[in-house]
Amino acid sequence: MSESEGERKSQAIEELYAETDYWDVNTGGETIHAKRLSGKWRTIKWISAAVWLIFFLGPYLRWEGHQAVLWDIAARQFHIFGVTVLPQDFWMLSLVLLFFAILLAVVTALVGRIWCGFFCFQTVWTDVYTWIEEKLEGQPAARRKLDKAPLDTRKVVIKTTKHLLWLLIGFLTGFSFVAWFADAPSLWASFFAGAAHAVVYVTVALFAVGTYALAGYLREQVCFWLCPYARIQAVMVDKATELPTYDYHRGEPRGRIKRGQREEDRTSGDCVDCRQCVAVCPTGIDIRHGQQEGCITCALCIDACDQVMEKVGRAKGLIRYASLDELGGEKTKPLYKRGRVWVYSTILLLAVSGIVYGLSSLDAIELKVLHERAPLFVVLKDGSIQNKYILKVLNKMTEDIQVRVSASGPEGLTLIGAEDAIIARNGSVSPAMVFVRIPRKQLTAEQMPIRFYVEGTRSSGEIVRAERESVFIGPRR
Amino acid sequence: MAEKNPFPGENNTGHVWDDNLRELRNPAPTWWMIGFWGSIIWWIGYGVLFPMWPTLSGNTKGILGWSQMKEYHAGVAQVEQVRAPFEERIAQMSAGEILADEELTLYTDKAAKVLFGDYCSACHGSGGQGNPGYPVLADDDWLYGGTVAKITETIQNGRMGVMTAHKDILSPAEIDTLANFVVELSEGKKGSDEGWNLFRTKGCTGCHGQDADGAIAKGPNGEVLATVGAANLTDGIWRFEPGGFESAKHTIMYGVNQPGVEGTRNAVMPAFGKTGKLSGQEIKKLVVYVHQLGGGQ
Repeated sequence: MSESEGERKSQAIEELYAETDYWDVNTGGETIHAKRLSGKWRTIKWISAAVWLIFFLGPYLRWEGHQAVLWDIAARQFHIFGVTVLPQDFWMLSLVLLFFAILLAVVTALVGRIWCGFFCFQTVWTDVYTWIEEKLEGQPAARRKLDKAPLDTRKVVIKTTKHLLWLLIGFLTGFSFVAWFADAPSLWASFFAGAAHAVVYVTVALFAVGTYALAGYLREQVCFWLCPYARIQAVMVDKATELPTYDYHRGEPRGRIKRGQREEDRTSGDCVDCRQCVAVCPTGIDIRHGQQEGCITCALCIDACDQVMEKVGRAKGLIRYASLDELGGEKTKPLYKRGRVWVYSTILLLAVSGIVYGLSSLDAIELKVLHERAPLFVVLKDGSIQNKYILKVLNKMTEDIQVRVSASGPEGLTLIGAEDAIIARNGSVSPAMVFVRIPRKQLTAEQMPIRFYVEGTRSSGEIVRAERESVFIGPRR
Repeated sequence: MAEKNPFPGENNTGHVWDDNLRELRNPAPTWWMIGFWGSIIWWIGYGVLFPMWPTLSGNTKGILGWSQMKEYHAGVAQVEQVRAPFEERIAQMSAGEILADEELTLYTDKAAKVLFGDYCSACHGSGGQGNPGYPVLADDDWLYGGTVAKITETIQNGRMGVMTAHKDILSPAEIDTLANFVVELSEGKKGSDEGWNLFRTKGCTGCHGQDADGAIAKGPNGEVLATVGAANLTDGIWRFEPGGFESAKHTIMYGVNQPGVEGTRNAVMPAFGKTGKLSGQEIKKLVVYVHQLGGGQ
């Protein structure tokens, strides 16, 4: 073995072991106590988290004397402001799901896990829980000390207060969730009177305990090991995706600032290795290792690094929102030149137009026609042919309405059984049986199209209509 | 073995293979043990509360006293409870009154579908569409009448048509003439004078009526007041399939329900009320159902 070969070998081994330093897999063995710093991204994070106030306050919004948004599972109808959505309109739900699936893909492709870092309930709730923890227990060092300290009165008081507050938030979370599905104001009364449905109590309890455990204990472990989104993001991002990134060209080789050293004599990069970016990270990763699964892109390390750079008098943006292309010195494409943006936007647009069309064209009444199959037709004494139909009138309004039935088709058509108006009950399907007779000589084919119409007048005077085509069947010709 | 343990104080089982491969006594994870003991406690609790162990004469009942049959009966009782208000109203109303009530008609229509399937559909078809030899109930052609009263009577007491066999009474030529005459009438034609002559002189009018439309008595507006159940020969509907000359000839020759006549037409509807096959309530519901099939008068 020559000397150079031996050297190469030992260098390879060294590199191999150096790599193991990065193999720090966070399995939750140690609670991460992240440091809180104020800053631009911190402020943005609070603002984005405030979106969840809608979740807590939304159920108390009123609209024309009703709960503005009510997912009424028991009555099988959804009320969204003035619109009532019945199970028959559920095709729109698939478009809503498509919309959000694609939105997730497009957002991830452009700016990574924005959802994770700024909006996800796991992130937001954990943020609030740790905020309470900090207010009660102090900075990370104080918290670690308290955890190790023996149980005395002070510790018991602090810990009890913390857990009670956590549980209270958990309860409010569960209660607010249920409030979307029931009349919110009366739910408070019935809940504490013990008169609410068992499902309500079970749901609230599950949410309270779930929130407490997930935001209080599991925290970043959820992002690491439970959340599927963290697993699939890797296939959605590309080299053009803008993510909080450590500029290694600028930062490396990192080195501590030496006292008295002049800036122009410095041989190290801009990174002063202060580890502030690690200290503030809520998932406990080191952003300087590059893109990784543990990064929820909350950008708190950008705040931390910028503040340090400011203090030491170096340019900000050592850690910043940047793409791999940008760091690699490649030309970055503007948004409108990227194929993904166009494809995603088209799908989003289609889904949105479908939903808008659906919501704007929700008919007040709908008509379905079932043709009797046994027998398909009957020959009457006078030689005319009779078919039997069950009409189903769906009334999506909040009032009962009387509808008149009529039919059009081959000449000589008579409608029997529709002399009186049908009462279509609100929010349900009202069936009616009718017969149609057509003289045999008017039937030019074995099957002929006929059309049924229903028409009624609302109490407001507005006329509502629906129609549906069906078939009239005669003897084989 | 323990004294020769090459890895003492390691909490191993003392089983060592290939110099250093050994089995340790590490405890299972806590969550797993909680789950393990939790499921055992669950199992014991379940065994106390619910039927579980087979015994020589059956099985342990469990202190809750739950059984599948009890749950089934409770379910049936629940359904009966929903039906009760409708059934009570039906019991107090006549079939005609039920038909005047839209909601009750719909209920009866659904409720009697099962009865119709059990007792009627074997002959009359699942939707009253009839079968060869068995009348269609969905059309407006009735042998005995399609009013509520007549339908009730039919289901209650049954029906049995009668027609004399004419093969020994009429000559073959006369039979052919009459069969042709019936076919002509069914096609909406006036009918030959020869046919009308035979029809009137050979006693056909006694049952089929003066105008061959099955009516024994008619009101001033032409509505049928009484029949004896003989077919209306002037419409396009045939009592016995497939219809046409041969069918008519066969019926004229061998008659209907003639004892001792080979080839005679068989036309019997059993009595459902008299014999106790169906209760009054069930018959009432069936009357509504049949009336709603398409031809109720």
